[in-house]
Amino acid sequence: MLKLEKINKTFNAGTINEKKALSDLSVHVKKGDFISIIGANGAGKSTLFNAIAGSFLTDSGKIMLDGEDITMMAEHKRAKKIGRLFQDPMLGTAPDISIEENLALAAGRGGWLSALSKKDRELFREKIALLNMGLEDRMTQPVGLLSGGQRQALTLMMATINPPKLLLLDEHTAALDPATSEKVLELTKKIIEEEKLTCLMITHNMQSALDLGNRTFMMHQGGIILDIEGEERKNTTVNDLLNMFRERSGKALDNDRMLLSR
Amino acid sequence: MSIFLDFLKSASSLGETALELGLTGGLTVLALFLSYSMLNVCDLSTDGCFTLGAAVGAVVALSGHPFLSIPVAMLAGLISGFVTAFLQTKMGVDSLLSGIIVNTALYSVNIAVMGNSSILNMNKTDTVFSILKSNLEGTVFAVHYKLIVILVFVILVSVFLALFLKTRIGLAIRATGNNPAMVRSSSINPVMTTIIGLCIANTFTALSGCLMAQAQKSVNIDIGSGMVTIALASLLIGRTFFGKKKIPVQIIGALIGAIIFRLVYTIALRFNMPAYMLKAISSVIVVLAISGPYLKSRFPLLCRKLQLAKEQKTAGKEGSRNA
Repeated sequence: MLKLEKINKTFNAGTINEKKALSDLSVHVKKGDFISIIGANGAGKSTLFNAIAGSFLTDSGKIMLDGEDITMMAEHKRAKKIGRLFQDPMLGTAPDISIEENLALAAGRGGWLSALSKKDRELFREKIALLNMGLEDRMTQPVGLLSGGQRQALTLMMATINPPKLLLLDEHTAALDPATSEKVLELTKKIIEEEKLTCLMITHNMQSALDLGNRTFMMHQGGIILDIEGEERKNTTVNDLLNMFRERSGKALDNDRMLLSR
Repeated sequence: MSIFLDFLKSASSLGETALELGLTGGLTVLALFLSYSMLNVCDLSTDGCFTLGAAVGAVVALSGHPFLSIPVAMLAGLISGFVTAFLQTKMGVDSLLSGIIVNTALYSVNIAVMGNSSILNMNKTDTVFSILKSNLEGTVFAVHYKLIVILVFVILVSVFLALFLKTRIGLAIRATGNNPAMVRSSSINPVMTTIIGLCIANTFTALSGCLMAQAQKSVNIDIGSGMVTIALASLLIGRTFFGKKKIPVQIIGALIGAIIFRLVYTIALRFNMPAYMLKAISSVIVVLAISGPYLKSRFPLLCRKLQLAKEQKTAGKEGSRNA
């Protein structure tokens, strides 16, 4: 499904701030995989997502999605196949235009000169009602009036309204309060199951990394140092993860945020 | 009694002049509504583009094609808008700087268009205005020929804008000004939306210049100077009164802003304000409209600071007395 071959990315090459963000990273994601990704700050998790989504071109290596070489494809073209949510709920929506208009842009139906049809309006309303946040009665209000959690839920709906081949979730619930975070996570699980999406999810919560999905990556210094699934993953605890990290990276995991939010 | 009637008469003719000027400039305000309010690009090539429209329109009209002058002027504006947009999206030039660069270049272009001259006279030339005037001869509308021509264009452009901003490409342009990342993740290239938006906006600016020149039967190289500030002032006046409501309301607000601006200016002229003050006033209005809300938000902080300073002063005095 998604195949990365020897991806390299170095920032500020040749300067004192040189940072190898991804080094010879190779991985094969199977269709229907729901992979949680953990790792300390600066391990290269978000850089990996940026490389896959096309926010920058990699220095070397090859990215294949569903048999198609997307290594050099522009970001907005990849966006047809790849949905993405960020930690910041403000990034995924346009605040001055209405909920239904945001959805219309994401859905991309009809020609460039066509306006929102009544049929689409009803479809969007039905979709938004599934969020259970009462937003279906506020379809014509500007998105800027919504709360962070509501905006993130809307972004999730926008990213999946045309089921993408790959969904990238970059700590998409980390900036929300616990109750909303829970709700958005539930919605995410539901949509991924219903649409049978292939998904990569970065999280700092080790427990939910093990609870959610079917496979877990641990990243360190721009590479994947642990890749567990199936029985092995089932029998792994958070403590095992910490031990594995120490074993493989040669040092203890000293990221407070990850340690405190088990 | 007759003095009062005279006053009314002169007031209504003043009002009509303000209305004409306001609406002609209003087309530039609508252009900035698209580029500044929607696309969030402050297009500083507006002055040059306005003059370009005026110059191209005048040259075509002088060559005996008064009706052709309008589409040709609009096309010239479109090309100018394309160059501005191309510089900022494809050539890595900062958005403000690309406007300034194009504006500077347009000065030369405009002189060249006018045949190595900085002024053109259309006193004996057929324009869309003069043709309508001769056609309306003897009807009640005869005196209002200027207003009629301008109103037709303003209504056409307003309706076009209101409908256009509801289409998918229009929505994408509005979202580009809001959040380009979101546009990209909707599989739309924000480069494309910026180019289309600026092309359309500059088409309107050139149309505005073309009509202004034909209405006053002359063009000089300075006809567009300060237009960007005047149009911004009008836009912001409109926004103060109408707020961020639905698109059609915002469009009407922008036009009313343009009329109010001209009305105030015309009245100020009646009270013997020198005409050259127009640009200074428009600058002040823009500054007030932009920094007003900012200063308002800073005001409570300023009050607290002053109060603190006062308290410290008195405390300091008491301290020295005690010592």
